[in-house]
Amino acid sequence: MNIVENFDLFAPRLINKKELLSGGHRACSGCGEVLAVRLMCKALGENTVIASATGCMEIVTSMYPTTAWEVPWIHVAFENAAAVASGVEAGLKALRRKGKIADCDIKVVGMAGDGGTMDIGMQALSGAMERGHDMLFVCFDNEAYMNTGIQRSSGTPMGASTTTAPAGKVSMGQKTWKKNMAEIMVAHNVPYVATACPSYPLDFIRKVEKAKKVKGPSYIHCFSVCPTGWRCPSDQTISLGRLAVETGIFPLYEVENGKYKLSAEMPKKLRPIKEYYKSQGRYRHLGEDEIKMIQDRVNKEYKKLLNKVQCLEAWS
Amino acid sequence: MAKRVGMEVALAVAEAVGQCNIDMAAVYPITPQSHIGEHLSDLVADGKIDAEFVTVESEHSAISAIIGASGTGARVYTATSSQGLMLMHEILPIASAMRLPLVMGIANRAVSGPLNILNDHSDIMPQRDSGWISIFVENGQEAIDVSIQAFKIAEHKDVNLPVCVNIDGFQLTHMVEPVEFPDQELVDKFLPPRVPFASLHPSNPVTMGAFAMSDYFTEILKAKDEALKNSKKTILAVWDEWAKMFGRTYKPVETYKADGAEILLLTMGSMGETAEIAIDELRAKGMAVGLVKLRLWRPFPFAEIKEVLKKAKKVLVTDRAVSFGGPGGPVCGEIKAALYNEAERPAIYSYIIGLGGRDVTVGDFTSMIDKVNREEVNTDTYEFLGVRE
Ligand SMILES: Cc1ncc(C[n+]2csc(CCOP(=O)(O)OP(=O)(O)O)c2C)c(N)n1
Ligand code: SF4
Ligand SMILES: [Mg+2]
Repeated sequence: MNIVENFDLFAPRLINKKELLSGGHRACSGCGEVLAVRLMCKALGENTVIASATGCMEIVTSMYPTTAWEVPWIHVAFENAAAVASGVEAGLKALRRKGKIADCDIKVVGMAGDGGTMDIGMQALSGAMERGHDMLFVCFDNEAYMNTGIQRSSGTPMGASTTTAPAGKVSMGQKTWKKNMAEIMVAHNVPYVATACPSYPLDFIRKVEKAKKVKGPSYIHCFSVCPTGWRCPSDQTISLGRLAVETGIFPLYEVENGKYKLSAEMPKKLRPIKEYYKSQGRYRHLGEDEIKMIQDRVNKEYKKLLNKVQCLEAWS
Repeated sequence: MAKRVGMEVALAVAEAVGQCNIDMAAVYPITPQSHIGEHLSDLVADGKIDAEFVTVESEHSAISAIIGASGTGARVYTATSSQGLMLMHEILPIASAMRLPLVMGIANRAVSGPLNILNDHSDIMPQRDSGWISIFVENGQEAIDVSIQAFKIAEHKDVNLPVCVNIDGFQLTHMVEPVEFPDQELVDKFLPPRVPFASLHPSNPVTMGAFAMSDYFTEILKAKDEALKNSKKTILAVWDEWAKMFGRTYKPVETYKADGAEILLLTMGSMGETAEIAIDELRAKGMAVGLVKLRLWRPFPFAEIKEVLKKAKKVLVTDRAVSFGGPGGPVCGEIKAALYNEAERPAIYSYIIGLGGRDVTVGDFTSMIDKVNREEVNTDTYEFLGVRE
C-alpha cells in the first residue's frame, strides 16, 4: 500500500509525465482499460507505433476527425492487430535497413481486448509470436466483449453473467473456465510474458519497460476492470483490480525466457474470493456452493503457478 | 537490352515484382498462386531483392500485414487465389478506404464449393465493390508489365489506391511462355521510390484507420468513389508512358477485328487469345464478327466500352463467374448497365463459360457466335455453355 499512498511523491520520477494518450476520449468513467492503455503509453514513450484491434479502446479514442493518440497508431479490423503489427514491424525494419527512414529503434506494439486476443485474434497473434517479430502485444482483458454489449468471451470467468451467457433459472451464466492466455503465450517460447494490472501502476509500467527492451516478441496480459460490464461502481476500479490480485484470481507474474517469477505485489497469503464476487453485479446470482467451487479452482490454479515458479527455479 | 526468356508465368510475375524495389511482401500458399510467393522468397533468400518476406499464417494476415507495412511507407506486395482472396475479403475495402497503395497478384481460381483448384473468375467477382483498381491480363508478357505498372498506378499521388492484377490460374500462371523483362535501369526510371502522403513514424504521429459515424461516413465513401473513378486518368497516363518506354501498348478495352463488326464477342483474361482464333475463322467465312477484350474491370471504362459496343448489332458477353439468382454473369450485368442509356444499343447475349477450369475451345466460341447469329438464343436469359442438364 505504501507505493500508492506516496504516489505524488514518487510519481514524477517514476512515471513519464508526458501524456501520449490524451484526455477527452470517450471511455466510461472509471474505465480500467483506458487507464491501463494510458500507463502503457507512458512506459513505452514516444518511439512507439501502435496497431490496435477493434474494440472499446479503438472506439473511444479514434472517432473521426478526432484522435486521442499522440503516438503513431493504426487500426484495421478486429481480429488482425497482431498481423498489422507484424507488417508495421517488417516495414519499419526494411525501410531502416535500406536507409529510407532514420536509423533509430521504434517499438511496435499490438493491442486488443480479450476478444481480439484470445478468441478471434488468436490465430494472428500466434502467428506473429511464432515468427518472432520484434513486437510487444498487450491484451487488455476486461473479461467480455464490452464494445458490443457485454457478450461472453473465452476470457469471461466461470459464473459471470453476460448478455450471451446470462444467468437464468437454469443457468449460472458462464459455464466454462477462463482461458489461460498467458500460458498459451509461454508455450510459444517467447522471451518475455507477464501479467499485470493498472491497479499496480509501477509494476505494470516496469513490465512494459522490460518488454520494450526485449528484442523479439513479448506479451503482457493486462487485467482491466470494466465497471460498465461488471456492474460495479466506477470508483471501485482500482480496489477491485487489487482484490483480484490479492485473492489469486488474477496473479501477477513474469516468465522470462521460460522462467517463472511471482511479482513482489503478490501477498504471502491469499484473501478469500467471496468479497470480490459479492462486489460485482455480474456475480450477484451466485450462491455459496458456486463460490466455493470457484474458490477451489482458484486455489488449485494458484498452487500450479507456485509449483511452476519453484520447479523452474530449481531447474535452471 | 531487355532479355527475352522462356519462363513459367508465375515465376515471371515474381521476377517482375522483384524489379520494383519492394520493401515487404507477405504471401500465403494457395494453388495456383504458390509459385509466385515461392519464387519471391527465393529472390529474397538469394539477396537479389532487399525486402522483408513475412511468412504469415493466413491470407487474412497477409493482407493485414501488408497494410501495416504500407502504413509505414513501405512498398508492399501480396498474391493469392480463390479461398485466399475470399478470406481477405473483409480487409479489402478497409485497404482502399485507408488509401494505401497495395499491389496484389491474383491467380484467378474457382471458389469452393465444390472445391476446385482450376481457373475461372469467381474469386475476383465478389471483390468487385471493394474499391480496388482491378486489371486483367491475357498473357505472360502482360502479367509482367501490369505487375510493374500496378505499383506506379497505386502509388501515384492522385490515386493512392490498392491495385490487383488478375492472372488466370494455370491457364496463365503455369504456362511457360516467351517473355521479355524490361531493363532494370528503365524500370527504376519508370518507377521512382514511393512518396507516402503520411506514414507511421514517431517523427510525425498520425492516426490511421479511425472510425467514422454517419456525419462523415458518406463523404469518405464518396471520396473513395471519386478517387477510383479519377484513377483512370493516371492509368491511361501510365500506360502511355509504358508504351513510350517499352513499346507495348495497353488500353482499358482492347479490340480485335472489331471495326465494322456486326457481332462482337466480349472476353476478359486469358481466353482472349483463343477467341481471336475463333474470330479469324469466322471472318475467313465472311462473317462480320470481332472481339472486345475488357482489361480494366475497375474503374469500369464506361466511355470506352460504349464507344466500341454501341455500333454493333449483337454483343455476346462471356462470364467466367455466376451471379446466382441474378442477371447471370457479373460482366454482362455491367455491360448492360453501361449501354442502357444509349439511344442505339446492341442486343446483348449472356454466356457463362469456363467454370472451374472447363475448357473453352475455338469451336465453342464459333458455335456460340453462330447460334447468336441465327437468333437461336434469347437476350432475356443466360446460358451455361455446354452444361449437361
Ligand atoms: C470480424 C468481426 N466480428 C465481430 C465484430 C464486432 N465486434 C467489434 S468489437 C467486438 C468485441 C470486442 O471485445 P474485446 O476484444 O474483448 O474488446 P473490448 O471492447 O472488451 O475492450 C466485437 C464482437 C467485428 N468488428 N469484426
Ligand atoms: S465498456 Fe468497460 S472497457 Fe469499455 S470503455 Fe466502458 S468501462 Fe471501459
Ligand atoms: Mg473485452
